[in-house]
Amino acid sequence: MVSVNNNGHSTALIQVRGLNKTYRRGGEEIQVLQGLNLDVDKGDFVAFMGPSGSGKTTLLNLLGGLDVPTAGTISVAGDEITHMSSGKLTEWRARHVGFVFQMYNLIPVLTAYQNVELPLLLTRLSGTERRQHVEAALSIVGLADRTHHFPRQLSGGQEQRVAIARAIVSDPTFLLCDEPTGDLDRKSADEIMALVTELVDKHAKTVLMVTHDPVVATRAQTVLHLEKGVLVEAGKPRQDVAVGGGA
Amino acid sequence: MKFFQLIKANLFRKKVRLLLTLGSFAVALFLFAFLVVVKEAFSRGVDIAGADRLVVVNRIGLIQVMPISYRDKIAAIPGVKAVTHDHWFGGVYQDEKNFFPQFAIDVENHRLVYPEFIVPDVQWKNFVKDQQGAIAGGQTAKRFGWKVGDRIPVKNSLYGPTKSWEFNLDGIYHTEKSGGDESQFWLQWKYFDENVPSVMKSTAGWYILRLDSPDDAVRVAKTIDETFANSSSETKTETESAFAAGFAKQFGNIEFLILSIGSVVFFTLLLVTGNTMAISVRERTGELAVLKAIGFKDRSVLFFVMAESVAIALVGGLLGLGLAILAIPVVGTALNGLLPNLILSRSALVVGIGFALAVGAASGLLPGIGAMRLRVVNALRRV
Repeated sequence: MVSVNNNGHSTALIQVRGLNKTYRRGGEEIQVLQGLNLDVDKGDFVAFMGPSGSGKTTLLNLLGGLDVPTAGTISVAGDEITHMSSGKLTEWRARHVGFVFQMYNLIPVLTAYQNVELPLLLTRLSGTERRQHVEAALSIVGLADRTHHFPRQLSGGQEQRVAIARAIVSDPTFLLCDEPTGDLDRKSADEIMALVTELVDKHAKTVLMVTHDPVVATRAQTVLHLEKGVLVEAGKPRQDVAVGGGA
Repeated sequence: MKFFQLIKANLFRKKVRLLLTLGSFAVALFLFAFLVVVKEAFSRGVDIAGADRLVVVNRIGLIQVMPISYRDKIAAIPGVKAVTHDHWFGGVYQDEKNFFPQFAIDVENHRLVYPEFIVPDVQWKNFVKDQQGAIAGGQTAKRFGWKVGDRIPVKNSLYGPTKSWEFNLDGIYHTEKSGGDESQFWLQWKYFDENVPSVMKSTAGWYILRLDSPDDAVRVAKTIDETFANSSSETKTETESAFAAGFAKQFGNIEFLILSIGSVVFFTLLLVTGNTMAISVRERTGELAVLKAIGFKDRSVLFFVMAESVAIALVGGLLGLGLAILAIPVVGTALNGLLPNLILSRSALVVGIGFALAVGAASGLLPGIGAMRLRVVNALRRV
């Protein structure tokens, strides 16, 4: 169950309390996030929406341990990540976070198989075990027959599938998707969102997604709006789409 | 090893650039090998000089001679074990391009002073008995296809009108020491003395003496120079290694020259490869950020960049040194004895590889540190 109002103790998988993020640009201070609270349970699928510059990506970066907050705390599965050293945070990301980026961000000189294998190179798995995991991940995203293709030999939708396989191959605690369909046509976007939904429904993955697209947001169980650095619960996604006027 | 695929894939990302960078390393190491070989050729005389040998030359210069009577006076100085003398012959065999050093030697004492030159006893005896006899180094004999018993005509214009001196090749010498000089050609001083103009008769070009102990070197050298002070032929006595070093310096300061060229090559190479690695890292900022995002540590990213740089340096370096190994003997032959033996020693190869690895590591370090310090959030924003 997603909540944005709880500022006390909870048993949620992800707990965000009093999160602030301030940037300094020139002599000016820009407050991007202001005292933000958030609880996300295991298996939740949350979409963050909001206008450009509202702090969606900043929030995702903080949740993924790529950036540090100015104030406040983030706890994931009992680990408080806001005070971890850079090295510890890197180790934590490898174990707990799967990233899916808008531009796929695959390594162009590696095949689909090798791209998906990358996070496993950081584990103690043997070559055989790594192969089993990679093949399973590629099979889940429907690309078992594209293992030896390079990114340039794949369509945009297929590239994003490989990126999703890379994100799930090490079975992370949660997935962070930053505009995963932002660079895709509608058909490919629908296919990707069907895949993400399947990961939540069938594989009980926890997904936090940033999107501009209200249609994409309908796939989420909960849609949250970021407005002036504060999270506002927008209710059920289908209502959100209705209010927003559709795609 | 599990990162090998990633490093290999990144190495072959831009094949033309990879080839050019490998080429620049190969050319630099090829040049480096040549410079070292030339330097070693000039300094080999110093390296293999006997620690217990002194050389006595005319104080005015090497081309000025000294009376043969000095030999007995030098031999009488306490601490001197044996004395011999040489004279530069300077003839031409068939063509002026066929240079090799020729010396008129003192057959009675030469072997006592130079035990490292090995001549079979039978050949040596024949040489001593034969006034027109000659002994050639193994390298020179091989170069001209000479065999014992061959008649060797050598033209000479240094001592009177040009005339052909005929020699019988009685023997071939080899050296005990690795890198020893096997290019010399020896004739008998007596035969030489009988055939030179009167002004040159009963003279020696330089004396070489062997000491009872190297510890006596300073004392004996001082005594010799004092003995002949204020004479018509004052002497300058020094250790054989100092003499060889002084001889090499006549060609100029080879070591400085080589060091200067080597330094220019080194820094040019460093700039070229450093720039290439920097461009390569800059092109991959987004990819490196993704690697860091998914859990690769800063030091892993540094390792990847350094590994690429060092791998290029190693392969390019080995290529250049391999080419040098093949080319140096060919060049040595083409030089026709103008330079001493060109030998690419194992130590030079090791230094070359070390040099390549050092340049590779140094050129990868700065871009590697830049990649290591990359902030994921900033880098991803630029993608």
